[in-house]
Amino acid sequence: MLAIVPEAARFRYLLAWTALAVLLCALPLFLSYSQKEILVFTTINVILVVSYRHLTLTGEWSLGHVVMMGCGAYGSALASKQLGLAVPLSMLTGGVCAALVGWLLSYPLFRMKGFYFLIGSFAAGEVIRLLWKRFRDPFGGPKGLKRVPGLEEFEFAGLRIDFFDPVPYYFFSLAVAIVCIWLLWRIERSPLGWSYHAVHWGDDLARSVGIPTRRLRRRAMVTASFFAGISGALLVHYVGTVNPSRFNVEEMVYVLTWAIVGGVATLYGPILGVVSLTIVNEIILREFGLDQWRPLFYGALLIASVLFLPKGLESLVAPARSMLSRLWTRSA
Amino acid sequence: MHELLLQTFLNATYAASYIALVAVGLVLIFGVMGVINFAHGELYMLGAYGVVAVYVGAQQSFLLAVAVGLMFVGLVGLLMERALFRPLRDNPLSGLVASIGLLLILQALAAIFFGVRMEHIPPVTQEVLRFSDGVSLPLQRLFVIVAAIVLLTGLWMFLKRTRFGWALRASAEDREAAQLQGISVTRIAQLAMVIGAGLAGVAGALTAPLVRVYPYMGHSVIVTVFIVIIVGGVGSLEGAVIAAIAYAFVHTFVTTFFDGVVADIVGLLLMLMVLVVRPTGLFGARDRA
Repeated sequence: MLAIVPEAARFRYLLAWTALAVLLCALPLFLSYSQKEILVFTTINVILVVSYRHLTLTGEWSLGHVVMMGCGAYGSALASKQLGLAVPLSMLTGGVCAALVGWLLSYPLFRMKGFYFLIGSFAAGEVIRLLWKRFRDPFGGPKGLKRVPGLEEFEFAGLRIDFFDPVPYYFFSLAVAIVCIWLLWRIERSPLGWSYHAVHWGDDLARSVGIPTRRLRRRAMVTASFFAGISGALLVHYVGTVNPSRFNVEEMVYVLTWAIVGGVATLYGPILGVVSLTIVNEIILREFGLDQWRPLFYGALLIASVLFLPKGLESLVAPARSMLSRLWTRSA
Repeated sequence: MHELLLQTFLNATYAASYIALVAVGLVLIFGVMGVINFAHGELYMLGAYGVVAVYVGAQQSFLLAVAVGLMFVGLVGLLMERALFRPLRDNPLSGLVASIGLLLILQALAAIFFGVRMEHIPPVTQEVLRFSDGVSLPLQRLFVIVAAIVLLTGLWMFLKRTRFGWALRASAEDREAAQLQGISVTRIAQLAMVIGAGLAGVAGALTAPLVRVYPYMGHSVIVTVFIVIIVGGVGSLEGAVIAAIAYAFVHTFVTTFFDGVVADIVGLLLMLMVLVVRPTGLFGARDRA
C-alpha cells in the first residue's frame, strides 16, 4: 500500500508533463498568424524573465536587464553581419557579449543596494542604450541595424524548414528556452544557488561565515545577463532588425511587472506572469479593439493583482494542485 | 561667449527650479511612505492638463488654472495614498508595480480625454526681460523660478517650524517610534502625499506653456527626477534640491555646447560616479533604502 502512493504520484507527474508537452506542441494549430508571432515573442520573453528572476535570487532588483538583452541582440547581429559567423554561433557570441557587459557593470553597481541599485542599474543600462543611439558606426544610430540574417533554412526528411515562418521559429526558441530554463534550474539547485539564497535572506550572516556576498551577486548577474543576451539574440534573428528604443525603460517595466505579478519565489512564477499578462494584453484586450483603453485595463489589472494577490500568481498553484489531486483520488 | 554663458546660466536656473519642485515631492513621498512613486511624472502631466482644461478650455485666468491644478493633483495624491500605498505599506515592490499600473491608467485617461497630439498653450505673457544683447529671460520662466523658491522655502519653514512638520519628519525618520509618540502615521502619510503630489502638479501647471504638453510627457521628467533624488540621497530634501541644481546646470551646459544625447550620457555617468564613491548618494543616510 505504501509503495503505491509514490507510484501514483509519479504517474500523475508524468501525465501532467505529457499534457504540457502536447499543449506546447499543439498550440500553433489554434492560433492566427499574428498570434503565432506573439507566441514566438512570448517564448523569447520567458527566457528573459526567468533569467531576470535568477538575478533577483540574490535580493537585488535591476532596471537594466532588457539592456543586457539588447547587448545580446546587438552582439549577435554584429557577429553575424560583420564577422559572418553562422547564426547559432553568433547567438552564443551575443550571450557572451551580454555576460561580459554584465560582468563589467557588476563592479560599480554592486557597491549599491536596494533602491540605489535599482536606479543605478537603470542609469548604467541607459548609458549603454544612448551609446547605441549616438554611434552610427557600428550600431546604426537611432534607426539601429537592419537586414540581420535569420536562421538558415534546411531540409529535414524531405521537409523544407523555413525559419522566417513563426511556427518553426517557435519550436526552435522553445527548445532553446527549455535548455536555458533547465540550466538555470540546475544552477539554482546547486550549492551555488543555495548560497544565492543565503546572500538574499541573510546578507551579514552569510558574510560572517565566509560567503563572499558581493562576488556571488556579481556571478548571478553575469549568469542572468548571459541568458538575457541569448533571448535578445533569438529576437534579433527572428525580427531581422534591432534599434535602441526596443530596450528602453518601458520594456523593462513590462519585465518587472511580469516577474512581480507572477511571483519570484518559484521558477514557474515569472513564467506564469509573462504568459498570463501577455494573453490578457495581446490577445484578450486586443480582441475588444479600443486600443486607447488597453493600457488602462492593463494598469488596473496590475493594481488589482498586487492588491489581491500579494504573493503573485504562483501562490495559486499549490491550492490548485491539491484540489486537482483530491479530485483525482476521488475519481480513482 | 560671455553672453552665451550668462544665457545658459539663466536657462539652467529655470530647469533647476521645476526639477527641484518635482524631485522634492517625490523625496517627501518616499521618505514617509517608503514607496517609489513611479507615477510621479504623470502627476506632473496632470498639472499641465489642468492648465489645458481651465486656462485654454474654460478661458479662466492662469492663476486660477494653476490653483485648480494644484488642488486636483493633491486630491489624486490623497486617493493614491488611500487606494494603493496604504494597503501596500509593508511591500515596496508591490507599491512600485501599483504605481506603474496607475501610470498606465493616467496616461490612457489623458489620451482618451485630450487626445495624444500636443496641446498648444498660449503663454500668459509675451514679455521678456532683456539684460543685454543676447541675454534674456521670458517672464513666464521667471514665474517658475520665483514660484519654486517661494514654495520650497515655504515647505522648509513648514517642516522645520510647525508641529505637523515635526511629526512628518519624525515619521520619515522612524515610523514605529513616531507612532509610539502618538503621531497618526496615516494622517502624516496623507499630508505627505498631498504636498508631494501638489508640488508635482504645480510644476506641471506652471511649465505647461513652456514645454510640450502631451499624455506621455511625464516620462522624461521621471527619469531626470530619479537621477536627482538618487544623487541627493533618497529621503534627503536638501540633497534633492542641491542635486537638482547640479544636474540642471551640467545638463543645460552640455546640451548647449555639445548635444542632448551627450548631455544625457554625461549626466548618467556623473550619477554613477557619485554612487560608486558614495553608494547612498550625497546626503543619504547609511542604512536607508
